[in-house]
Amino acid sequence: MSLEDAFADGPAFIPYLAAGDPDYESSLKYVEALERGGADIIELGLPFSEPIAEGPTIQNAVVRSLEGGMTPTRFFEFVEDLDVSVPLVCMTYYNLIYRYGEESGPRPFVEKAAEVGIEGFVVPDLPAEEAGPLREACDEFGLDLVFIVAPTTRGERLDRMMEQVSGYVYVQARLGTTGAQSSVSDQTGSSLERLADYDVPKAVGFGISSGDHAERIVASGADGIIVGSALVDIVADGHENGDDAETVADRLETLARELKEGAVAGASQRPPHPERT
Amino acid sequence: MSADGKFGDYGGQYVPEALMPAIEELTDAYERYVLDNEDGFMDDFRARLRDFGGRPTPLQRADRLSERYDREVYLKREDLLHGGAHKLNNALGQVLLAKYMGKERIIAETGAGQHGTATAMACAHLDMPCEIYMGERDINRQRPNVFRMKLNGSEVNPVTVGRGTLKEAISETMRDWATNVEDTHYVIGSVVGPHPFPSMVRDFQSVISEEARTQAREKLGRLPDAVVACAGGGSNTMGAFAEFVDDEETALYAVEAGGSTLEVDEEAGVAPNSASLTTGSEGILHGARTRLLQDRDGQIMESHSVSSGLDYAGVGPELAYLVDTGRVTAVNVDDDEALTAFHRLSQMEGIIPALESAHAFGYLESVAGPDAPDSAEADALGEYVVVNVSGRGDKDLESAIEETYERDIDIAPNMDEFTGGL
Repeated sequence: MSLEDAFADGPAFIPYLAAGDPDYESSLKYVEALERGGADIIELGLPFSEPIAEGPTIQNAVVRSLEGGMTPTRFFEFVEDLDVSVPLVCMTYYNLIYRYGEESGPRPFVEKAAEVGIEGFVVPDLPAEEAGPLREACDEFGLDLVFIVAPTTRGERLDRMMEQVSGYVYVQARLGTTGAQSSVSDQTGSSLERLADYDVPKAVGFGISSGDHAERIVASGADGIIVGSALVDIVADGHENGDDAETVADRLETLARELKEGAVAGASQRPPHPERT
Repeated sequence: MSADGKFGDYGGQYVPEALMPAIEELTDAYERYVLDNEDGFMDDFRARLRDFGGRPTPLQRADRLSERYDREVYLKREDLLHGGAHKLNNALGQVLLAKYMGKERIIAETGAGQHGTATAMACAHLDMPCEIYMGERDINRQRPNVFRMKLNGSEVNPVTVGRGTLKEAISETMRDWATNVEDTHYVIGSVVGPHPFPSMVRDFQSVISEEARTQAREKLGRLPDAVVACAGGGSNTMGAFAEFVDDEETALYAVEAGGSTLEVDEEAGVAPNSASLTTGSEGILHGARTRLLQDRDGQIMESHSVSSGLDYAGVGPELAYLVDTGRVTAVNVDDDEALTAFHRLSQMEGIIPALESAHAFGYLESVAGPDAPDSAEADALGEYVVVNVSGRGDKDLESAIEETYERDIDIAPNMDEFTGGL
């Protein structure tokens, strides 16, 4: 199934976890629990040592995963070992994509990703200006390249990005780094309005932590929601308290279900034809 | 340099989308105010460098080193700039630019504390609120600079992630910028980061080579045969080289920190040096494509140097490019050689250099000193050498004494007399 197809039957719920957090075997169970909880697409983080777009929650997940021995090679094995059927998106920083394999540039990484069944990429430190070589490799192997639209993205920049995006756009709900918030940013509505005329699914992320948030975001026009830090918090707590992997997986599944149900409830409140400005 | 900030394949703008509009705004301001001197910005900047900073700094003949190395050795005395290092050239330029742009808040990272100190001074001088991110480990090894920043009214935010040094401080400052991008300017401390930073910081620092070039002609009636400068991120290096790049007769030497060894421990992810020009490979870090210390997967390694100001896993993209094209020669000096040079300059010239700057003198000794073999390298330095003294060593006294004590540097004074007082 392609990424865009995952939005066909109502709002898409897109959870994120760092692969290998806190260890390889537990992490496989955690990712599989997300699918049981209703995930439509799963974003899998391949940890990079300098995650400049992440808040403390995901920075710590990156540290745990790297200490657990995660590498790009292990990541591809991880994807092959995963027993999930929903599409997978790899979220990582450009240096790991650029450095992989014998030849310089993104092509070997994309080729390998396609081989293990990854459907697309989100690369937080790769703006549209520098994305040409990765876009080309994605086209060659039939993968999607998701771009992040920030609250500060406007005008020409937005057009340039929309020419290159495929799969969905990641609408960054507020300025700053990733991290769960107690309330939803009101920057989301205006971001969605700016994107209304572009024919690509819009998934909102940054700060969503509850079913209630998910409902409001989808009601305000989002086609999907992306949730990372709130789920990673569960992994971190479980790790700190020494809880067994099944218990942690159950908690992840429960929160995933709440988020998915929230999104579905939000969709029923949407006007059939959202106002366009 | 091309319009999109590329130096060959190096450079570029690899940053989160949220920062891109601010970077476009900064690029526009750089072109208007710095390159085109709009509203007399550059005149204002130069006047402040003179009156507040104390420029021009002297080009001084080092009499005893000239004798030792049997050639004319001249020192570009950036250690005499206000604050005790070349860092003010850039910090003052960027804070002033932020002011012209209408920004209301300044943030900066610092490793050794020299850039943080210079930024704090510039912010007090120009009445801008300022927050400095500094690794917790660096806060402990550079306490006098932490006090100076606070005395100038800046806040110092400790960074506890990772090893707590410059690399983590830069990442954390970028996160702050991504959060507060609308009213905040990030004063990056070296010729690193996304375009336009590498070019802009070079332009603010190029006053060093502009003066040195004129002064060299006045003193000896010709250009030097070589300019030698230490290189971490590369801001004093590019500052000392920029105006000489087109003078093919002047050789340019960038002296990196060889640390304890050039060998790399891939397993532990540690490079016990900061020699990214010598031992690094191409990759993308902190907004630019450049040469980096990284493992085979592309994870950034922990670097090391006795000098915390050189302790960084990357290097400015333009400097990497100039090394690739052969215009700049990258060499390196290890911790022991740098410490020895620190003591030699202190004893022979009455100048206690920053440990960073001591690396440049370590190179001179290694190719032209009494124990150096006759070599093509010594000949290549030529008859007339300018060494950039990028900063003074006051900030390093504690760590220099401690490191000397541990290493048994033979020309050093008896360290037992010092350690009792620490």
